[in-house]
Amino acid sequence: MTTQTVSAPPKRRSVREQWNNLSRPAQWGILVPLVVLIYFLPVLNPPLIATTGTDFPTAMFDVARYALVAIGLNVVVGQAGLLDLGYVGFFAVGAYVAALFTSPNSSLHHLPYLWTLPLAMAVTMIFGVILGTPTLRLRGDYLAIVTLGFGEIIRLVADNVGPLRGQSGFERVGTDANGTPFFANATAWYWLTVTIIIAILLLVGNLERSRVGRAWVSIREDEDVAEIMGVPVFRFKIWAFVIGAAIGGLSGALYAGKLGFVNNQSFDVVTSMLFLAAVVLGGAGNKVGVLLGAAVVAYLPLRFVQLAEYNYLIFGIALIVLMIFRPQGLLGARQRLLARGRQAYRRLLGRGEQISGESALETHPNGGPR
Amino acid sequence: MTPFLAQSEPWISFDVAGLAEQFWNNTVDGLALGGIYALVALGYTLVYGVLKLINFAHSEVFVVGAFATWLTFYGLGFRAGATPVLSVAEIILFLAIACVAAMAVSGGTAVLLERVAYRPLRKRNAPRLVFLITAIGASFAIQQGLRLVFGLNQQPQIRLLQPEPLFRIFNATVTNIHVILFVAAVLLWFIADYFINRTRLGRGIRAVAQDPDTATLMGVNKERVIVITFLVGGLLAGAAALFYMMRIPQGAIYNGGFLLGIKAFTAAVLGGIGNLRGALVGGFLLGLVENYGQSLFGGEWKDIVAFVVLIVVLMFRPTGILGESLGKARV
Repeated sequence: MTTQTVSAPPKRRSVREQWNNLSRPAQWGILVPLVVLIYFLPVLNPPLIATTGTDFPTAMFDVARYALVAIGLNVVVGQAGLLDLGYVGFFAVGAYVAALFTSPNSSLHHLPYLWTLPLAMAVTMIFGVILGTPTLRLRGDYLAIVTLGFGEIIRLVADNVGPLRGQSGFERVGTDANGTPFFANATAWYWLTVTIIIAILLLVGNLERSRVGRAWVSIREDEDVAEIMGVPVFRFKIWAFVIGAAIGGLSGALYAGKLGFVNNQSFDVVTSMLFLAAVVLGGAGNKVGVLLGAAVVAYLPLRFVQLAEYNYLIFGIALIVLMIFRPQGLLGARQRLLARGRQAYRRLLGRGEQISGESALETHPNGGPR
Repeated sequence: MTPFLAQSEPWISFDVAGLAEQFWNNTVDGLALGGIYALVALGYTLVYGVLKLINFAHSEVFVVGAFATWLTFYGLGFRAGATPVLSVAEIILFLAIACVAAMAVSGGTAVLLERVAYRPLRKRNAPRLVFLITAIGASFAIQQGLRLVFGLNQQPQIRLLQPEPLFRIFNATVTNIHVILFVAAVLLWFIADYFINRTRLGRGIRAVAQDPDTATLMGVNKERVIVITFLVGGLLAGAAALFYMMRIPQGAIYNGGFLLGIKAFTAAVLGGIGNLRGALVGGFLLGLVENYGQSLFGGEWKDIVAFVVLIVVLMFRPTGILGESLGKARV
């Protein structure tokens, strides 16, 4: 339940409430056709939605790739409230793992492409620990700038370290020993990614409902109070960082496999910002929201390629306008744990209660970021 | 299976002799470059001190200033390639005109940015993360707007002032541009410091930084203070843009502010964001470290050195070298 629904007149029920009140079979009755529809989108090629400038299945794969990244980043930013501006670094690590183990340009042992997916996750998890351990003691904006620095360091290392081949990059990533690509057409890549997204959504959803998820929300809302109440803050922050990193790495490996080419060009800070924009646009802390946000961020520039000149100009302005009119994102954050307390507060005092903290998602009663 | 790293040539080298040889040259150049970082960092630090907001679009405020400088030079009749022969008075006059133009345009952009992007959010009680996204959106919009107007390529370089060696310190040559950059940065910093710490408006800024609610109760106009903060940051960025263009004349390019913006913000964090002295210290330190790193590891590792230093400093001093202080009461 969002703050919005609390302040709304009690008669109008939010979509989420209606959804929660449906019986399990009714929920499945809606979900299954929806998922089937999502699977068949590239095959159906719907007239208004289909992109004209780019191949539609490829565009859909891009949307799915962004969605996967957004789910991962949402664990870090939306759930645990850790502002990570260098998420593209993990994405890059995943892509490079896939490239190093499948491209003929690499002297490393050749692996079947599918094996590189878990390997990419494992390696990025290690990177998550390496980057998280020193930095997660910092808070808020200092954490933001340090993660930004780490993202840039990973990119610059890819630029400068010889075996990573800088701009010339790795060709034919995701091919087997004979040089045949793993999937020939984009639709198959899209299906693979959507399947992975569903699996990850289930896993992350379970995590969120578990002790770990509750610890994350408590850290996001107020780190000090969480610490005092006995939540091992540092450990759970690392957890969030590592899980987010693994999903980012997985997405990077998928991207490398689909594109078949990896070099240092696609891992700049701007991409990192786009990832973050996807999360915040949809509503940080809300899984459905971030999927929507990712779809918007990835899809809009591809749909309107005839406006390529003005693409990012429009995107920038749209970002400002959207944030002004819906500061909580398209769908607000999910704060189930606080909902109950808020309701109690409202009953007692007749008004909602403001929850404060040093987190990035904090709203101050007097307005402004301060 | 061949070993991964053994067959490749070493990808990083430690050129200690080069560092020793270039030490004083690097110091001089680092101080000049650091002055520019410090001036831009002041803009970040002021806005952060008052609003607790990382103004990511500040790098675009800087770039707008760079274009304003270039257009002023162009408008004054200077063209690329030719080396104008000017008297000292003329040079000072033209630089002053360009400085005023750049500061006005940058300051105007910063105020406009506050008006269009941030004020509506403040009215709506948006969470802090949303300000960041809006800043990113604004940064995109300005950058792409500049690209549409001026194109993808950098503007041809116009130099009013050729770098001429003035004197030598130890074995380093100090040029007139080095001196101007360093002196101007320190001078402008002193003016900013005086403004914040000694004037009435500055007291208002410090009051809002310390406690916006109480400041409002005491009769401080919070909205006006915020506008002034953005304006001062913009003015300093404009001046920094002029000096940057003196050092790197081809600096006017639509995405040119990005790396410099990150560096300047790094400098601000390094010194302690929200702290004017921190911005100065951080800027000079970053300029120096970068130049030393460039000699030691090679030019391509220059940017990495800056970020590694940032991380190391923050690990040991989590609020920067001097800590946060804009809002602290002066005892």
